[in-house]
Amino acid sequence: MSSGTLYDKVWDLHEVSQLPGGATQLFIGLHLIHEVTSPQAFAGLKDLGLSVRHPERTVATVDHIVPTTSQARPFADPLAEEMLATLEANCAEHGITLHGIGSGRQGIVHVIAPELGLTQPGMTVACGDSHTSTHGAFGAIAFGIGTSQVRDVLASQSLAMGKLKVRRIWVDGQLQSGVYAKDLVLHVIRTLGVKGGVGYAYEFAGPAIAALSMEERMTLCNMAIEGGARCGYVNPDQVTFDYLKGRPFAPSGAAWDQAVTWWSALASGSEAVFDDEVRFDAAAIAPTITWGITPGQGIGVDETVPTLEQTEPDERPLAEEAYRYMDLQPGAPIAGLPVDVCFIGSCTNGRLSDLQAAAAVAKGRHVAPGIKAFVVPGSEQVAAAAEAEGLDKLFVEAGFEWREPGCSMCLAMNPDRLEGRQISASSSNRNFKGRQGSASGRTLLMSPAMVAAAAINGRVSDVRTLLNA
Amino acid sequence: MSTPFPSGPISSVSGTSVVVRGDDIDTDRIIPARFLKCVTFDALGPAAFADDRAELAGSAAGPHPFDRPAHQGASILLVNRNFGCGSSREHAPQALMRWGIRAVVGESFAEIFYGNCLALGIPCLTADHDTMLAIQEAAEADPAAPFCLEVADQTLSCGTQHWTLSLAEGPHQMLLSGQWDATGQLLAHDAELKATAARLPYLHQFQGA
Repeated sequence: MSSGTLYDKVWDLHEVSQLPGGATQLFIGLHLIHEVTSPQAFAGLKDLGLSVRHPERTVATVDHIVPTTSQARPFADPLAEEMLATLEANCAEHGITLHGIGSGRQGIVHVIAPELGLTQPGMTVACGDSHTSTHGAFGAIAFGIGTSQVRDVLASQSLAMGKLKVRRIWVDGQLQSGVYAKDLVLHVIRTLGVKGGVGYAYEFAGPAIAALSMEERMTLCNMAIEGGARCGYVNPDQVTFDYLKGRPFAPSGAAWDQAVTWWSALASGSEAVFDDEVRFDAAAIAPTITWGITPGQGIGVDETVPTLEQTEPDERPLAEEAYRYMDLQPGAPIAGLPVDVCFIGSCTNGRLSDLQAAAAVAKGRHVAPGIKAFVVPGSEQVAAAAEAEGLDKLFVEAGFEWREPGCSMCLAMNPDRLEGRQISASSSNRNFKGRQGSASGRTLLMSPAMVAAAAINGRVSDVRTLLNA
Repeated sequence: MSTPFPSGPISSVSGTSVVVRGDDIDTDRIIPARFLKCVTFDALGPAAFADDRAELAGSAAGPHPFDRPAHQGASILLVNRNFGCGSSREHAPQALMRWGIRAVVGESFAEIFYGNCLALGIPCLTADHDTMLAIQEAAEADPAAPFCLEVADQTLSCGTQHWTLSLAEGPHQMLLSGQWDATGQLLAHDAELKATAARLPYLHQFQGA
């Protein structure tokens, strides 16, 4: 059993009670809500005659259903309009702050909470969205919950939870040029499998992790859930503190120094005991891309689609299903595969540094004929910062569309979606069958720079050749 | 739906079964995202596995088990490994429940899905690989056969056949005692909630941290 890890320390601090049956009642320090998973929770609250216990610790935004072309109200889609109107009414009724469209603070929930300084080390963070693991990048214990649990957190600011084991993912070395946090996490999931993390929290540590920016750490922790780990985290350090300082909801003045002292003491110490440890060498990781229908079906861009013989026996039925669905031949190279749509954005890779990395590839080049390529900033703040650098113009000149912030084509709850058998190069997080809005649509997950490279060449390409050209 | 939604202590689930084979069946497959555009769960039942069902309809392998006449009214879902991975959407177990499912037996479950099921009073029990295949074969051999899942002693039976399942102690207690819906328990600890909030430095401008 783990001890002395950040996970253990934060868990202990937030323990409210032991519930009958062995679950722990865990206090939730920050509850993020959005339009998709909260309406039924508010309805449930009303049915029970309850109110929101800590509206000041509850923060809302709208992201999944917003169109990324025109965001004028009412939305063209009446269902989307009803969802946002319901969120607005619930927030108004219960005194919850809603960072809405045009506020300057709207965006994907996992982009805005960090950039506003709401997400801080040592917090427990819950949200009705599985990619809540993102917030672990700050040394928070953050996890996705279902709607009944959203109702429970609204009512009690707490959850019934079982404690996870802790696996340390230790990464030595340094990522090569053209290799990003997205490649690292796709490599980890490829190695440990999509269910390898079930029952675990992942602590990402080691020299390669220490060298990552906060935005890269968010990409990494974001996809812990794709490896089965409900939460992933990085110990807070100077990179964390430098990112947080001066943000609207970060502590300031005398409280800042006390906060840094407290945050620093939460990190897993040298005496920490882990339930498991796995080691990786960052330098050995190539730009990584998924070829199949789970995020674990990934390969280096210079590799070939694995054959059945190269696949573990218990993974073969899934591989065969993936060959059929993706229309790929075992043993075929992935580089050179033509794509139709190129999507840069999402809670995984919709931050400023992601757009900068893609722009570095797109600069002075042009999207290949027949390719639909678009860039969706993760928030209004990301959009403003990118526009201040001229990235919007750079992308438009290169043939990309520049859109308004939202979840966009990650999950197709808005007008952005694949059609028919289209194949997308996507900086998002899931390549499940039908994920991007067409029941037969196909998704290749990769870094934003790799998506830009695919857009320029019209086919899957090793971004390193474009960066060095 | 003729069967009422779960309430109170859940000691057993009886009824016919439906087998959905495959590992890593994600929540986008259980309920595609377009069906999440709703402010109530009421209409989700018919949309369970919508895209998988459309893909299989009329194909050589089809129809999908949820579309076969013999499985209409089934209450026990029999699956394989890592069922319910992906999105945290409670819409997935809500859709299954509204279709008629009252219990799931599989080799393993994704954690958030498992918790969401528990919060609805839907037991998810596990069996090892060989046992699960045996259960699925028995169910497919006779779709009309009634199964009985006993939560108390963690068993599944069908006629003379009998299998041992697993359920963690916490969920086991919660289902049997009827306390699987945690809201009441959580609210019962008001003083402890206040005490916890009082000791968290970030709720008090880090004074005394």
